[in-house]
Amino acid sequence: MPGTFIDVELDDSVRGDRELAAKLEEACPVDIYASGEGVEVVEENLDECVLCELCIKAAPPGKLRVRKLYDGTALEA
Amino acid sequence: MRFYEYESRRILAREGIPLSKHGFARSAEEAKRVAAEIEGPVVIKSQVLSGGRMKAGGVKFADTPEEAEAHAREILQLEIGGHMPRGVLVDARAAIKQEYYAGVIYDGVRKRPTFVFSDMGGIDIEEVADTNPERIGRGHFSTILPHMDFRAKDVIASIGITGSELNRLTPILSKLARLFLKYDMTLAEINPLAQLEDGTFVAVDAHMDLENEARPRQRELLEELGVGDEETREAREPTEFEIRGEQIDAVDHRGVAGNVTEFDGNLGLVIGAGGGSLTLFDAVRRHGGKPANYCEIGGNPSVSKAKNLTKLVLEKPGVDKIAVMMSIVSNTRVDIVARGVIKACLELGHDPAEKIAVFRIPGAWEEEGFKILEKYGVEYYDRSVSMHEAARRAVEKVGAASDGAGPSVDEHPPATVDAGTSGEGEAP
Amino acid sequence: MSDREHHHLIDEDTTFIVQGITGREAVNLTRECLDYGSKIVGGVTPGRRGRDVHGVPVFDSVAQLVEEVGEVPDGSVVTVPPAFTRDAVFEAIEAGVALIVIVTERIPRQDVAQMVELATLRGARIIGPNCLGIIRPGVAKMGGIGGPARDARKAYEPGSIGVMSRSGGMTTEISSTLSAAGLGVSTAISIGGDAIIGSTYAELMSLFEADEQTEGIVIYTEPGGRMEAQLAEWVVENESRLPIVAFMAGRFMDEMPGMSFGHAGTIVEGRADTAAEKINRLQSAGITVAEEISEIPDLMREKLGQKATA
Repeated sequence: MPGTFIDVELDDSVRGDRELAAKLEEACPVDIYASGEGVEVVEENLDECVLCELCIKAAPPGKLRVRKLYDGTALEA
Repeated sequence: MRFYEYESRRILAREGIPLSKHGFARSAEEAKRVAAEIEGPVVIKSQVLSGGRMKAGGVKFADTPEEAEAHAREILQLEIGGHMPRGVLVDARAAIKQEYYAGVIYDGVRKRPTFVFSDMGGIDIEEVADTNPERIGRGHFSTILPHMDFRAKDVIASIGITGSELNRLTPILSKLARLFLKYDMTLAEINPLAQLEDGTFVAVDAHMDLENEARPRQRELLEELGVGDEETREAREPTEFEIRGEQIDAVDHRGVAGNVTEFDGNLGLVIGAGGGSLTLFDAVRRHGGKPANYCEIGGNPSVSKAKNLTKLVLEKPGVDKIAVMMSIVSNTRVDIVARGVIKACLELGHDPAEKIAVFRIPGAWEEEGFKILEKYGVEYYDRSVSMHEAARRAVEKVGAASDGAGPSVDEHPPATVDAGTSGEGEAP
Repeated sequence: MSDREHHHLIDEDTTFIVQGITGREAVNLTRECLDYGSKIVGGVTPGRRGRDVHGVPVFDSVAQLVEEVGEVPDGSVVTVPPAFTRDAVFEAIEAGVALIVIVTERIPRQDVAQMVELATLRGARIIGPNCLGIIRPGVAKMGGIGGPARDARKAYEPGSIGVMSRSGGMTTEISSTLSAAGLGVSTAISIGGDAIIGSTYAELMSLFEADEQTEGIVIYTEPGGRMEAQLAEWVVENESRLPIVAFMAGRFMDEMPGMSFGHAGTIVEGRADTAAEKINRLQSAGITVAEEISEIPDLMREKLGQKATA
């Protein structure tokens, strides 16, 4: 489930990437990512996103997008 | 943080300041026992934090232990200024020759503690300042040099006191200065400081305030007095609404939603920060609005903190609409607050465009915030609309929706702006 | 103190340090000040020697910093937790730092009194605590005042009005209003919201008085304390050349004695603390009290006009 204002889209090819999951968990200041089997998105924290783009910098280019649901744009590498 | 009189007396005793014979009692039976031990006439004093005990009937005189018991029973049932007493103080009634006032406070202009001393004790010192200013001695003392008795002596002598009175009063006033610093007080006052017929001095009533910011390092004293961390000792008991506001602030360390205070009106306020909230609350009243609450958001609160505070305000009975307003922000983010207040409306099943009368927070991340407000149709203003103008428009919108204040529902009365809640020192 | 410091608290040559520089808020503040053009020559966090924060070298102590940098900085921004603030400020004063901005909130009054007393003995000046610092628009800023450089430029345009405020946020609101009206700001000082602060309105007046750029003063004030009475006396005694417009917030508190709102120093404990009493005192000294922030520029223009024709 997306948040009210923010959603995160991950390319299927990186969902199971445990190394990436750990990097995202470390990078995000508002705990949107958790590492488990692969990358897990903590839905209740999505709307806390501060648009810092640290997750985008941590992910391979084009594999992660932060969608701003209020204006239809997205942040991506 | 204010101390009860019986606690203030314990602090005086701890520092070697002489007191009249007394005891603290939580029940009428206990009061009787204390009176019997004192042997002789006593005065029974309600132990409440609010002033005006005498006028409210919280101070009574007794000649026998039985009389003391009866008075104590009455006083223990008597609410004063919205507070029930913690107990009663049973104090020996000695023959008093002369009453003095001895106090220490900070002087914010000179930035040092100052003595305030007078030979007109037993009445409000502000009254003495008005009627007999020449009977008050003052003098500042250092906070970094060791304390010297001559500072106190000079103050007492400055109002013409000499002889054995001067020599007996100097150590008492000097000790008051030492304890003021030792215990991080913002006020330490003995009123009256009584000279008995035999020439000796005793403190008959005392009033002390410890600075909240210093509580962590005064743990030892507070533990000895049995004051728990949960005791806020505010001038007014918090209402249920206010306690929930404090919880919202406490559970999430991100940013501040502070000083949530309940009022009687129909316009909910999500406002900030310190100075901005004071300005905006005045502005709403100036334009005829009736605020339902006061609060101070700031320090970049999380979306969920802004949301939970907004929900608390929206759910308050009688609230028609909310106004979300701040002075220009540089740390708090406009978009984060916008998300929080809109989400609160949505989760309660309200249309944000309907419930949020105005949104006026200019500053950091405003472009992003305004996009969010735009999408939900919320009326928002940038810095070109002044704080007062925003408040005026909010009041106008609520007025159009309904008139008059909403019902008050709490057993604790909400704050009102026409009744004071505390008084200062008083004579027993 | 050099000549220029008699006229301005800060200018383009002012060097300063940040004590507690590795803290979260301090890192932001450092970035903001550097972006605005301020000269931060070093930072101090005990145990963090050798690090850098946005290119600013970090030292274990002020003495160490002075030795390595080769000179005593003009100022220090102190942003360490309340329990450590007194030590940090004493350290800076004893190293010879002359201007200290204390950002930290919730410092016990006795500690503030001690810091101010030492500063007075050593000829140093303290701004704050519980303040956002000082800005000379277009020149430099010392502290978080105005926020990121981009936001600070938007709200503060260089001009002729000096601003002093007990609220950091309201310093920016008022300055933005003055800037939008074309008057602009010469220097704005967030003086702090506590019951005891290092520099009161009256104590800062002589700096504005001596500053040719400044033609008028706006103050933001609140209930609590006697600082407004002190300003009123100063203005009369010194026959100040500067017209003053004041804004008083928290008028509702007059009816709620004993309750504290806004800042720590904002509490009505005696009659002289009330907003009504303060407004009377200010007005009797010829200071105009605005009812709304938006009226301030016009009121100031009116006063400046009266002065020109007098």
